Formats: sequence, C-alpha cells, structure tokens
Amino acid sequence: MALYSEKVMDHFRNPRNVGVIEDANGIGEVGNAKCGDIMKMYLKIEDEIIKDVKFETFGCGSAIASSSMATELIKGQPVEEAMKLTNKAVAEALDGLPDYKMHCSVLAEEAIRSAIEDYKSRK
Amino acid sequence: MIYADNAATTKMSEAAINTMVKVMNENYGNPSSLYILGQKAKEVLEEARAKVASVINADPKEIIFTSGGSEADNQAIRTAAALGAKRGKKHIISTAFEHHAVLHTLNRLKEEGFEITLLDVHENGLVVPEEVETAIREDTCLVTVMFANNEIGTIQPIREIGEICRKHGVLFHTDAVQAIGHIPVDVQAENIDMLSASGHKFHGPKGVGFLYVKKGILIKNLIEGGAQERGKRAGTENVPGIAAMAVALKDAYDNLDKNAEYVKARRDRLIEGLKKIPHSALNGDVTNRLPSNVNFCFEGIEGESLLLLLDDKGIQASSGSACTSGSLDPSHVLLAIGRVHDVAHGSLRLSLGEDITDAEVDEMISKVTEVVEYLRSFSPIWRDLVAGKKEFIL
Repeated sequence: MALYSEKVMDHFRNPRNVGVIEDANGIGEVGNAKCGDIMKMYLKIEDEIIKDVKFETFGCGSAIASSSMATELIKGQPVEEAMKLTNKAVAEALDGLPDYKMHCSVLAEEAIRSAIEDYKSRK
Repeated sequence: MIYADNAATTKMSEAAINTMVKVMNENYGNPSSLYILGQKAKEVLEEARAKVASVINADPKEIIFTSGGSEADNQAIRTAAALGAKRGKKHIISTAFEHHAVLHTLNRLKEEGFEITLLDVHENGLVVPEEVETAIREDTCLVTVMFANNEIGTIQPIREIGEICRKHGVLFHTDAVQAIGHIPVDVQAENIDMLSASGHKFHGPKGVGFLYVKKGILIKNLIEGGAQERGKRAGTENVPGIAAMAVALKDAYDNLDKNAEYVKARRDRLIEGLKKIPHSALNGDVTNRLPSNVNFCFEGIEGESLLLLLDDKGIQASSGSACTSGSLDPSHVLLAIGRVHDVAHGSLRLSLGEDITDAEVDEMISKVTEVVEYLRSFSPIWRDLVAGKKEFIL
C-alpha cells in the first residue's frame, strides 16, 4: 500500500488552480512556517458565486493535494455552499489521507473559510 | 534511478548476498550445538567476529553481535548507566543531535533519576572537546558522542574526546553507525570504550549489527536467556547475517581510501552545483564531513513535496522536514545547528553511493534546481520573501 492514494498523487503532481488572483475580493492565509504548512486562497466572488479560485501552498504532498482539491470543490459554487466545505469532504474526495495527514485537509477547509470571511468583511 | 539515500540504508553487496545464501544453505546449524554441523556454524560465527574485530583494531572477545545499531546503543548506554549507578554516579553527557536510539534511551534514564547534559553542536555541527571536559563532573559515568552525524554527516573529534574521558576515568561510547565502513575507525588509537555499528549502512544485511566493548567493562544484558555472546546477548546467533556483515565490512575497509577519495570528489561537485540555487545553504561543516553526505536547506519550500517530486524524477533522497519526521517539529539535528523551523522544513539530504558518477551528480543538480524552482513558484512564503514582505534567512 503506497503512502498516498492515486487521487492524492494526481492532485499533488498536477495541482489545479495554482496561482494568484490579482483582483481577488477574498483572500485567506492559514497555517505557519513553524509547523511547515501554509495555504493561501484567492477568491473572485461575483453575485455570491465563486467565479474563480486560486491557491498557493507551502507544505507536503497532502497539503498541496488538499488545497488543490478544495479549490476544485468550491469553484463555481455559491458562497454559502462553499462555507459549508468540510475537511472530511476534501479527504473523501481524495480517496482518503493517512491519519497523521488529516490536519492538511483541515487546513484547506480553514483557508477557504478564511478567504470567504475576508470577502464578507470587505462588503 | 539515482539512489541517493545510502545514509538511510544501502543495497547489500553481491559478496554479502552470496555469503548469506551460502551460509544459509551449508551452515544452518545452531552454533551452540555439539555436533559437527553446529560447530561448523560456530566456526563461521567466530571467523566473522575476527574479521570485524581486526577492521576496528579490537580483540574478537570485545565484539558482541546484535540485531543492529539501535540495540547496540541501548546496551552500551544502559551498561554504562548501571555501572555508574552502582558507584553513585548518575550524570551522563551526550550531544543535542544524537540519533534517537541514543536520545530516547537517555530520556528513559532521565525518568529513572539520571541527569543528562546535552552538549551544543554549534552551527557547524561539531562538538568541541574542551566543552566535553568542562561538562564532566565528579558523578559523570558516561560520555556518548556519535562518530559521524547521520543527517549532516559531520565527523566528531572522537580521539580527543576519548582522551579527555580516559583522563577523567569516564566511560566513552560512540554511536559509529554512520562512520563504520566509510571512514577509518581504530578503537585503540581513538580511546573508545564502547562502539555501536549496523550492517545495513555498509552493504551488509538489515537486522544485524555489533557492539564493541573494551576488555574489562562488565556489560549489562539487555536480552536475557541463553549463554550466547559469552552470556552478554542471548538468542541464537544470526549466523548468515553476521557472516554477510563481516564480508561487507572487510570489503568496505579494503577499499576505503579509494572509495572515500572518489565519492568525496562527487560530493563536492554536488555541493558546488546545489550552492548555485539562490537562498540555499549547506548544513554542517564542509571539511569534517562524511565523503558521501550532502545536506542542504532551501528557503521557501517544504521537504516532503521536494522528495516526492524527486522520486518521480528518479532520485531517492530524504529530508528533515516535520512531515517526514512524523512530528510537528523538523529534524532535531537541524534545529541543533541553529536552523530555524521555516528553513529546516525545506531540507534535503543526499547520501551518495560508491558508484555515483559525475553524470548522475549533474542530473541531481539539475533536477533539484528544477523542483525547488517549481515549488517556489506557488509557495506563499517565497512570494512574500521575493516581494520583500519577509526577510530572507538564507
């Protein structure tokens, strides 16, 4: 049994939605360099729909895969739906993460939430 | 495929494998049995012991075969602690960057009432002998300092430390797991009382190692049972493994200088190439260093993702990041030489084999450069550093 599922390795090797959104209206950054994981989410929200989302991550295979998957799950979604994204959903979409890597999916959930909260605070 | 993780483990040599198979087929007796088949196995065992002893300038009676380096470390340290406790001496000196087999054994002893002093290893990853002397007290029963560090490869001033320990009548143990088979080791010239070694680090089998204990030191058993290893380590001897280890060890020492010179040149070529990556740094002294070891920190990226992408590109290596250590902290070795967390997470250890070529080194340089650049391209930390929002550390 390999360390990571095929899905995780795919999202790690070919991360979706990598980059920045220059005119993002919701930005969230979570984690810290001390613990070795940082995720930054950029959102472009129009009419309460997530029109575009991009991410940057400093972290391990699970961290990169989790952030990538999280962006896929919320792209095109209404903001209120995206707010409900759970780390469990991210991990499940990745066909599971090792126990000791679950915190990476939690970080992805927190990054999304942080970006949405930023958007709401700007309104 | 470029296997650059020889510090983690090595492939068994053909000679070692052949020896092992031969012994398994022809010498499967129990060395403690009286009949000829058993005695022949005993002969193989003692021949291996003599080989191992001669390589480190010890007497065969001073060699105990174990299941590996960890067991040898445990037995050596617990022995010294027990001997010390008998005389009311419960202080032990070691270093901040020992292998966990040493550090965790010391932690257990701490729980049992011992006091442990961990010496600073400074930015260059080297212990200063004078600092060992200063740390020695009336109640010090053991100094244990690794011969060469497993992560950053720095080689410690063992002879000087041994001399100081002799002067003060303190037992001196060295975890030589990374040194044995790669650099000269002479237990007499270097004033060593006890030494740990592991077969799979020099093309021998996994699950086999040995502990050298100077004549006169009363070893305390970790494993009780039969009378094997002169009563010092119970359990039917792993004759095939031991024989294979001895062959691998002898081969390593017969070719030591030639191999060391060759690998060192490739190591230095690799270091020069990796240095060109901006905001990177070599970990540990460049001179007092194992011929095979290269260890770098790259700012702004994380080690596990670096390793996985390198594996995709056919290079096997390891890292000191938290993700690879399975804890929240990055490698205690990198922290001990003063690397801060941010930078320690982005570490890479490459440990070369004796057959590494210049072409392979150049390939490693180009692929590491490529992967670091790629990971930096979407690292929020790197973005902040480049934008001037954070100050570069390296």
